[in-house]
Amino acid sequence: MKELVIISGKGGTGKTSLTAALCHLAKDVVCADCDVDAADLHLLLQPQIQQAQDFYSGNEAQVRPQDCRHCDLCAQYCVFEAVVRPSTDQPNYRIDPLACEGCGVCVHFCPAQAIDFPERLCGQWFQSNTAYGPLIHARLGIGAENSGKLVSLVRRQARALATERGSAYLLIDGPPGIGCPVIASISGADAVLIITEPTLSGRHDFLRVAELCRHFRLPALLCINKWDINPQQSQLLQQEAERLNVPLLGRLPYDPQLTQAQLQGRPVTCLEPSAASAAIGKLWRNLRLKLDTPNPQTGVPA
Amino acid sequence: MKIALSSTGQDLAAPVDSRFGRAARFLLVDDNSGKMQIVENQQNLNAAQGAGVQAAQLLLRAGVNALITGNCGPKAFRVLTSAGVSVYHCDANLSGAEALQALREGRLQPAAQASVEGHWS
Amino acid sequence: MTSGSTAFRLAIASGKGGTGKTTLALALAEAQAQIGPVTLCDCDVEEPNAHLFLTGRSGPPQAVHRAVPRIDAQRCDRCGRCVDLCAFNALAVGGDCTLVFDELCHSCGGCARICPMGAIHEENSLIGHIRQLRRDNLQLISGTLAIGQVMAPPLIRAVLTDAAAAPLILVDCPPGTSCPMIAAVRSCDVVLLVTEPTPFGLNDLKLAVATVRLLGLPCAVVINRAGSGNDAAVHQYCQAEQVPVALEIPDDRRIAEGYSRGATLLQTRPELAPALHRLLADSIRLGRKA
Repeated sequence: MKELVIISGKGGTGKTSLTAALCHLAKDVVCADCDVDAADLHLLLQPQIQQAQDFYSGNEAQVRPQDCRHCDLCAQYCVFEAVVRPSTDQPNYRIDPLACEGCGVCVHFCPAQAIDFPERLCGQWFQSNTAYGPLIHARLGIGAENSGKLVSLVRRQARALATERGSAYLLIDGPPGIGCPVIASISGADAVLIITEPTLSGRHDFLRVAELCRHFRLPALLCINKWDINPQQSQLLQQEAERLNVPLLGRLPYDPQLTQAQLQGRPVTCLEPSAASAAIGKLWRNLRLKLDTPNPQTGVPA
Repeated sequence: MKIALSSTGQDLAAPVDSRFGRAARFLLVDDNSGKMQIVENQQNLNAAQGAGVQAAQLLLRAGVNALITGNCGPKAFRVLTSAGVSVYHCDANLSGAEALQALREGRLQPAAQASVEGHWS
Repeated sequence: MTSGSTAFRLAIASGKGGTGKTTLALALAEAQAQIGPVTLCDCDVEEPNAHLFLTGRSGPPQAVHRAVPRIDAQRCDRCGRCVDLCAFNALAVGGDCTLVFDELCHSCGGCARICPMGAIHEENSLIGHIRQLRRDNLQLISGTLAIGQVMAPPLIRAVLTDAAAAPLILVDCPPGTSCPMIAAVRSCDVVLLVTEPTPFGLNDLKLAVATVRLLGLPCAVVINRAGSGNDAAVHQYCQAEQVPVALEIPDDRRIAEGYSRGATLLQTRPELAPALHRLLADSIRLGRKA
């Protein structure tokens, strides 16, 4: 079973559209949407939810107003400015859940023991069926901590399912950025496919995410989306990638079919053949070669 | 000597848990008396991070001298070795009893470093 | 809501990444700079882009730190109270001393407070850098998270603190609706949510609107690449939710090509300046009314 994570560094480069298409082409596959903060993969794969589970992580502080002595100590100790002092519209001390880090300092030091510290419900995760294979996905609650724990949970469930089914591939739609959630989505993967665009921003963000992969010793591969909006930048990007030992596996042209596919709620490879779908087909063939055979350059094991 | 094993079950017949930080529980075996103690590892289920650190702390407080597990990350490794606990790795399909036997017969080598990169799962 | 200062803060955010937040933030900053001083904070510290489009006088990058605990082994009696308090498992009592794991620490200060032996003091740990760039009336303050660093909010707060004295602050926010976006948005007076007329854009816009509402902030929507998808769906949603559509930027290949070269929206389409001035004025009115 080969695990491939698709990330982008920068958002909006076509990561989810590409992942959906690969889920369609891969046939024997389990899919996972680890972009839990702004999950979109389900809009293309149309999942039927089989199982939904609550996701708890950490704790949050809650003041019991009837026991609070208004000593103000919690407000003074909280470094996250999460304690809201009483005001004309609100006579009690309260904790702003969007600012509360769950550190427990106020809970511990309150002289009246007036602060509760329940587990925090952060979101939900789902196991679903789609026309392309099973999908594990999740929804993180608004303002919830995005430590990577929900991402790890989704991956763990997806891995277990793929192993149980003897699937050939586990394809993961990763989150944007370079922080905790991305790290949680890529660690231990067989390969990481970075999709970016030939723009100054795309190149800049590619370098950071490629460095992240190098930092965690993961083999990275590149796909350039909308390469034809700036062939010169595409060329520069390809050269930079080669210098970093990140091979270019495919280039997708700018293609309005990608938007059409979104509007229809299907992977672009399910629509009538297009320049984009042909390029993705080629990319998938190159990916399979990389994933299924050992390559001393990328270190991807057989 | 007190030996801890990460375990998927309630006794030494069960396979060793390949994870350390998120292992279901630990079986603590006192080499002298032969007594066995079960230490559950539930508190880690809710931990967003640092499960390995917490599990290692749990074992140090229980007076463990050696640990047999599948994999151990760098933070847990650092905590355990700072207290002189020897960390041994064994195959995931060994039962607790088989792993203990392997240790006694000198077939397991103490690890010089963490066996896996720290991670979040 | 600003805490006592007279500065006005306008956040430019979105649920979905890549909708054009930075493009719009830069455009507004450049438009405003034509008539008066403006500060642009690039709070997308994981992938800051604004500086790529601006040339100007830059100062040296300033290192930004957060506090992590250090244990004085002489004073520590390994009682373990700090370990028990730490909600993040960043501390452990080892063989002869108490160990700290900086990467797990959330800098809450609890351990230093609880230590009965006074054995814990706080030290600086690098999280990233802030750079400042100035071009005439436009000041850019940009934060860059160091690779491998996991927490964006402390750096985001540092960027905003640096801007504190400026009268008009535009905040280019990180994408999404979790803690980094919240850290950037919560001290602002009004939020502009940039979206694109696609199902992904609309899906994520709904999350963003819900988040902004939870924060009690007024918001308006800017539709980028208008005309490129299902525009009616976005308009319907905005109408139903009573969120004004404050501006539509048409889908224009010239803008995309210019952007790919590092040209700003105003450089590619200078005739958009009056619309941008109107957007600024409308946003300030919306923010002050609340």
